[in-house]
Amino acid sequence: MPDEKITIRKKHPLAIRWFHWVNFPVLFVMIWSGTLIYWANDEYALRLGDLELFKFYPPGFYKALNIPFRLADGMAWHFAFMWLFFINGFLYVLYTMISGEWRYLLPRRGSFKEAWFVLLHDLRLSKKPLPEKKFNGAQQIAYTSIVIMGVGSLLTGLAIYKPTQLHWLTWLFGGYEIARLIHFVLTIGYCLFFLVHIAQVVKAGWNNFQAMVTGWERVRPADPSAIMDEPEQVIDNPAQP
Amino acid sequence: MSEEERQVSPADWNRRKFMAFGVLGLFGATVWGVRQWIVDSPKVDGAFAPLRSALEFNERVNGTIKSDDHSVKEFPKELAAKKVRVNGNYGVDYPADIAAWKLAVFTGRPGNDGQLSITMDQLRALPKTEIVYDFKCIEGWSQITHWGGVRFKDFAEHFLVGSKSGAAPTNEKPEDLFKYMGLRTPDGEYYVGIDMKSALHPQTILAYEMNGAPLPMNQGAPLRLIIPTKYGVKNLKRIGIMMFSDERPKDYWHERGYDYDCAL
Repeated sequence: MPDEKITIRKKHPLAIRWFHWVNFPVLFVMIWSGTLIYWANDEYALRLGDLELFKFYPPGFYKALNIPFRLADGMAWHFAFMWLFFINGFLYVLYTMISGEWRYLLPRRGSFKEAWFVLLHDLRLSKKPLPEKKFNGAQQIAYTSIVIMGVGSLLTGLAIYKPTQLHWLTWLFGGYEIARLIHFVLTIGYCLFFLVHIAQVVKAGWNNFQAMVTGWERVRPADPSAIMDEPEQVIDNPAQP
Repeated sequence: MSEEERQVSPADWNRRKFMAFGVLGLFGATVWGVRQWIVDSPKVDGAFAPLRSALEFNERVNGTIKSDDHSVKEFPKELAAKKVRVNGNYGVDYPADIAAWKLAVFTGRPGNDGQLSITMDQLRALPKTEIVYDFKCIEGWSQITHWGGVRFKDFAEHFLVGSKSGAAPTNEKPEDLFKYMGLRTPDGEYYVGIDMKSALHPQTILAYEMNGAPLPMNQGAPLRLIIPTKYGVKNLKRIGIMMFSDERPKDYWHERGYDYDCAL
């Protein structure tokens, strides 16, 4: 191997990178416009008995982000961008199914145990190195959960958007008010996901991050992963479209 | 998906990164451009033009899939709230002279047939319909409430309004129906437009009672609209004027950026 050469390894397909980066601003608009809507009836809080621990949201939060009295604005953005959120998410799931990418993303037997080790590792409670593969168990669980959450947001959203026409859907989620609560909790879930995601990306470093842009990660000879990494058996058996 | 590996020169690798990050930068600029395009666009009825188009598209989608067979769930009277929430007093923030009140109906037809004046006694003489349902506000709250009055369909069939020919209005002859009903408070301060199909929905009521008693002033005495298939904003209080038209009647909240339909 000439020293001049750099070894790179394909990591993320182009389609998945596009779905990822398109989703970022679209989900942002959905969360932001959803907050404009939520303000008009901001009834949720974390409570312990009669004690209110945290109100969603404190007045200072609204004021700082210029949220108040923009219900119409929020609804207009929300109901325009819901289409993009749906189309992008739908194409992503369709792509993972057709391309076989789902094999890397779906948790399998052992994923939960592996996720536990990843958690211990990340909390610095374990010295055991992270599993060397495209997505570890924790990632598989996280990236599958986020898709299920997306479907949940879409369905609970429809359930509160058209509760008469789609009454069966509203009923399925336990009624109008519960569907609205689930819709809200899922949004909080995205925000928490985002925080952990960013922390993990920072922790994983530049090579990992740039792979989400270029699609390739650089393999350094000094990096034991270059030697240790073994393709899993499923990789030899790509799904046919 | 194969685990593809390649040997590339540093220059090649840099070029790849430059291209990929360049495309991401262009994408980011495009996102910002779309944002600017939306917020710099003129407002159409209170909503940025592209968003207004999306709202109208949604209304068309909803219009094609919505079915009159879908009714809102009804509840037993015991579940109805005793303390009914009051939201908004546009057009009703003064006491009405109920004895002198009359409903002015503009039928949209020419000649003597054009205008009707209807008293509460005439309305009370028609069959009474009651409904207990989950009233939904566009703000996001809902409350089970109990209303009584004349079903709009019964009213329209009795007074022969809503049709162009003067026959009893029916969804079976859509070409004979006006497309919209418009309602206004007596002072004209608040006004809504309702598509005729929703007006003729069997759960749409001209209500004169709440919880079995005459409507309170702040709930729109003596007569208000109860249209369970739409958000509360369409449930106009203290109806003064009713009119029929193929043109979309003006609508208070639609002018302020909400969608026209407000259909649930």
